[in-house]
Amino acid sequence: MLRRLPYLLPAVAFAALLGYFLAALLKSETHDPSELPSVMLDQPAPDFALEGLGDKPGFARSDLAGKVVLVNFFASWCVPCRAEHPLLARLAETAGVPLYGIDYKDKPADAERFLSQYGSPFRTVGVDPKGRLGIDFGVTGVPETFLIDKSGKIRFHRALPLTPEAIDKEILPLVQALQKS
Amino acid sequence: MIAELGHFSLALALMLALVQSVAPLVGAARSNLGLMALGGATAITQFALVALAFAVLAHAYVISDFSLATVAENSHSTKPLLYKITGVWGNHEGSMVLWVLILSLFGAAVAWFGTSLPPDLRARVLAVQGMIGAAFLAFILFTSNPFLRLSPAPLDGQGMNPVLQDIGLAIHPPFLYLGYVGFSVAFAFAVAALIEGRVDAAWARWVRPWTLAAWCALTIGIALGSWWAYYTLGWGGWWYWDPVENASFMPWLVGTALLHSAIVVEKRDALKTWTILLAILTFALSLIGTFLVRSGVLVSVHAFAVDPARGAFILVLLAVAIGGPLILYAIRAPSFQGGGLFAPISREGALILNNLVLTVCTFTVFVGTLWPLFLDAMGGGKISVGYPFFDWTFVPLSVLLLVAVPLGPLLGWKRGDLLAALQRLMVAAGAALVVAVAVAAIASPAHALATAGLALAAWIGFGDLSEWAERVQLLRVPLRTSLARARHLPRGAYGMTLAHLGVAITVAGIAASAWDQERIEIMHPGESLAISGYAARLDKVEPIQGPNYTADRATFTVTREGALVATMRPERRLFTVQRVPTTFTAIHSDLLSDFYVVLGESDGKGGWTVRIYEKPLVPWIWLGCGVMALGGMVSLSDRRWRVGAAVRSRRATAAAAGD
Amino acid sequence: MRALLALLLMVWMTAAALAVEPGERLDDPALEARARAISAGLRCLVCQNQSLDDSNAELAHDLRVLIRERLRDGDSDEQVRQFLVSRYGAFILLKPPVERDTYLLWFGPFALLLLGAAGVVAYLRRRGRAASMEPPPLTPEERRKLAKLLSEGR
Repeated sequence: MLRRLPYLLPAVAFAALLGYFLAALLKSETHDPSELPSVMLDQPAPDFALEGLGDKPGFARSDLAGKVVLVNFFASWCVPCRAEHPLLARLAETAGVPLYGIDYKDKPADAERFLSQYGSPFRTVGVDPKGRLGIDFGVTGVPETFLIDKSGKIRFHRALPLTPEAIDKEILPLVQALQKS
Repeated sequence: MIAELGHFSLALALMLALVQSVAPLVGAARSNLGLMALGGATAITQFALVALAFAVLAHAYVISDFSLATVAENSHSTKPLLYKITGVWGNHEGSMVLWVLILSLFGAAVAWFGTSLPPDLRARVLAVQGMIGAAFLAFILFTSNPFLRLSPAPLDGQGMNPVLQDIGLAIHPPFLYLGYVGFSVAFAFAVAALIEGRVDAAWARWVRPWTLAAWCALTIGIALGSWWAYYTLGWGGWWYWDPVENASFMPWLVGTALLHSAIVVEKRDALKTWTILLAILTFALSLIGTFLVRSGVLVSVHAFAVDPARGAFILVLLAVAIGGPLILYAIRAPSFQGGGLFAPISREGALILNNLVLTVCTFTVFVGTLWPLFLDAMGGGKISVGYPFFDWTFVPLSVLLLVAVPLGPLLGWKRGDLLAALQRLMVAAGAALVVAVAVAAIASPAHALATAGLALAAWIGFGDLSEWAERVQLLRVPLRTSLARARHLPRGAYGMTLAHLGVAITVAGIAASAWDQERIEIMHPGESLAISGYAARLDKVEPIQGPNYTADRATFTVTREGALVATMRPERRLFTVQRVPTTFTAIHSDLLSDFYVVLGESDGKGGWTVRIYEKPLVPWIWLGCGVMALGGMVSLSDRRWRVGAAVRSRRATAAAAGD
Repeated sequence: MRALLALLLMVWMTAAALAVEPGERLDDPALEARARAISAGLRCLVCQNQSLDDSNAELAHDLRVLIRERLRDGDSDEQVRQFLVSRYGAFILLKPPVERDTYLLWFGPFALLLLGAAGVVAYLRRRGRAASMEPPPLTPEERRKLAKLLSEGR
């Protein structure tokens, strides 16, 4: 029997591999491996003070202190942002917490035109012309959305455009829970 | 109507493949020659049917029949004819048809050339080939039908990805598939041997040429892919350890091990079960390579979810095609009797070392490719495995093997004399030393490891040539006698010498890349840039109109010490349909180094970003692959394969007559 | 191959600038060389299998500039890498860290080499022992086959 064992090894190893493929296949319904998990989760949001768009005021991290807020990185040149826009408006209405916008690597004039054309869902917009704050937040592109709790910690990070499911199933329940605490 | 003909012939081919998988097997079990003969007939007819289906599909691409979904999605009426044809396999559905076409071609070839095989072995091999064919045909018909109609048909197609419109990439998949699918023959022989419970030297003699042919094609396919990446991607890299590249590299590594271990089976009747396992693994990795790349699982398992039916089908197919033979192996292999005995220091021992290291190298590439995905699926962290990992693992492992390359052929079968072998390698050691000293003296900046790499290349190359010199007794007998000996050396010996020389050439090309020179500047017309002794002057940048693209074309005059070296015209193309800018690099190669010019963006003020590289010995990377493949082909032309076949045939007929 | 192409295409669509642009370079060649070495060992996050050094994506450009700024401000190579890992995770390192999750990755190949070598030694020893022994007697089936072959030969 012991002599036969080595001959069984390849089959066993392959069975393990197959098991992994099967698990990955079943899991792929809910889990997208190309999605990057954010390491910023449960970390304090980086410090910043942003200029505003045009002559409007910007905002700083201190403005967010003590409240639950949503922060959305967007840009006028980004096509998915345009598609996401109506959802942002809905989110701003239903979440019951302020939504701040950060205009990522954009020309202010373009961003102003973009917001006047589609309407602004944001309480305040800050500009990040060089994308430097984006790097501090661990942003890989736009749009991305963050949820920051009262203590200033990042509690949610979505590196993809919002979807109705993401809003209803993830963001809104989390906002409610965080506001109670 | 024509497209339906293609669909119908694929369906018919599936029926035949099913017959081919069962009838010969039953025939072999019952010694029924009629049933066994069905294998050959169905294999050849199946090839004709698949070829017809492929021709129909190609026809649809050529006449731009956009009522077919795949044509509409992947082609465009303005595309050059050549790329309309190569576009057939530039997408999932079409590439699967090409895969089956090549599979059925190999099946037909076994049926055609295998008439001298013992009928039961031939029947079983064909049956296994039939099973693979049936699985793939079913996969195509049920999940990836290339003949799906669109109604209404769009006016024009969506066009083909512009990067695919390149001759290097266009012919890369067929070679890759010739390799992948070619290994199916070795696999079929291995499974047939497991069913029969017998492996002998004649079996190995049959397996080797098929494996060799597949290996040559795969070598060329991988080299083409790497060369394509080198000249299209525009930053001069040629290997990225990308999952897609790794997927084709793994079967090559195990296939190389298989080639070597089959020699031991043939000459010494040893390593039988190991060789069978390698044959199964080689094809298993080919299958995994085909599917996981095609379905995108290596980049993202998510692609499965896009089409769960496809994912499930692939999984079942892999389970049956690989799991089945491995279980059969676990049951049957222990009863195989090992043959010839040998000492650890011997040709056999050297080939075992070769096999061990190649297998470990394959495993390294395998975990390097799959571990990040596995970790992610198991809820671990996200990691990247890039070239530094392979530099630390794969490279030292392969150096271990490369150092031993010249030693192996100098060791005798059964019991080798290591000391004598090393003495015969004095010239090679001297050459390596001279190269090391010369490179250290001349090359700047100094690169210790790269210098060692060049010395290693010299060691392999000169060691390889010493072995040839040894065989013809060069300088020890009169030159005429040596020449006569050289003439009478078997082609197989020349094949090995060439293939190992190719390895040396490739190693030199890789090592020398440490001395790549690079300049990235904004240039204005009239300005010159100096790089490693050359001067490149940007004469002008002008807009030009291609068949399906517009482009900015720069003209560079490259001189060396005032003498004209080349006029180079890199382009920046914009394909009209997809609006995607692509770089078209200009490369001037004199086989000792490449001068590589890329035109970047305009700064809008009359300046252009320009990247210029001078890459010493880089053409040797692919040249070496070519020499390796050539060695394989020379070996393939060896008369012994046919002589061996004839001997076996006489024996088989004698046995048949005795029945 | 298609996946690779899709990724490449994505790269092209995000930005059509070439990797490492002239404007990014630092004047100090030693510092610039360090920056190149760091960025060659980091992964471009939006284009999967390219290094930051090779990539022409916008984010890659920003990160290259950031790396150079931090180096100029006196960060060590390790500090720069640590900063990026703290923002983007170990995923950004092309050389995965050696930790519990990656033991099999890093040591697996060498373990397999040792294991394989042990297997080969065991195999050779067994063969050596078998050689010194008498050949095993024929099984009944082998005897039957032999008889058949002999009768055929006649």
